[in-house]
Amino acid sequence: MFDLTGKSALVTGASGGIGASIARALHAQGATVALSGTRVPPLEALAADLGERAFVVPGNLAEAASTEQLAKDAEAALGKIDILVNNAGLTRDQLAMRMKDDDWQAVLDVNLTAAFRLSRAAMRGMMKRRWGRIVNITSVVGVTGNPGQANYAASKAGLIGMSKALAAELASRNITVNCVAPGFITTAMTDALNDEQKQKLLPAIPAARMGEPGEIAAGVVYLASEEAAYVTGQTLHINGGMAMI
Amino acid sequence: MSDIAERVKKIVVDHLGVEESKVVENASFIDDLGADSLDTVELVMAFEEEFGVEIPDDAAEKILSVKDAIDFIKANASAA
Repeated sequence: MFDLTGKSALVTGASGGIGASIARALHAQGATVALSGTRVPPLEALAADLGERAFVVPGNLAEAASTEQLAKDAEAALGKIDILVNNAGLTRDQLAMRMKDDDWQAVLDVNLTAAFRLSRAAMRGMMKRRWGRIVNITSVVGVTGNPGQANYAASKAGLIGMSKALAAELASRNITVNCVAPGFITTAMTDALNDEQKQKLLPAIPAARMGEPGEIAAGVVYLASEEAAYVTGQTLHINGGMAMI
Repeated sequence: MSDIAERVKKIVVDHLGVEESKVVENASFIDDLGADSLDTVELVMAFEEEFGVEIPDDAAEKILSVKDAIDFIKANASAA
């Protein structure tokens, strides 16, 4: 099950905890992976660790031109993009009253607009080959909301809506578009929370612990697989039960 | 020049799976040949590849029939 031999995957934000874990999991199932991010040293370390079938394709998702270029670079390195995982994301948390336009725009640009641009670039080849998987990493807060994260929550909710529209457009070409929505996962992003915040958080999680990046990656592997061909436009929530939707 | 018309018609026949006799110059992809909007996008991609031309989005939106495609390619393709 879930054999990805012969498939090629582009993973954005592969220098982060969840992104690296996704890249490892896809690679372990036999896929060739292109690792993208802005910080090159961790990407190169990951590629070296994976060995064969791993390429580093740095890219800045904040700009249209560099995002288009990333799609081209990944296609050149991989030969084709069968699986696109839009995982790159950033936070600029601030109460809405104090949130600057720049904080809003920067988060929307990377989390949502870049995901659209990469999807648009990748779907051309997917349509020709009549096979494709787009997996967008959203967040539980895109569905539940969270104070201080108007920008982040909007971008993640936007990914869910975009995925549904793309799923409807592309289903007849054997291309599926889905989301994985992590809850609180142990990564650099959640390490930034202080102990008090964490203590408040845990009682809200029936599983009574934070999730691990590998538990997100397993969901991505499933949605990228042949076996998930009939699953499209969906959001898979992986959150220890903290939100049951 | 008729070569372009033949190649365009062959792409349409192959892509839409319609009978060759139906692919006349006046045939509309959507109204006469059963294409959906995604098919028209794919046809434009196929024409670009076959004739080595770039068909910008605003031009692509006006390619609605077999004749539209042939006319555009005749006017713009150097490799044809």
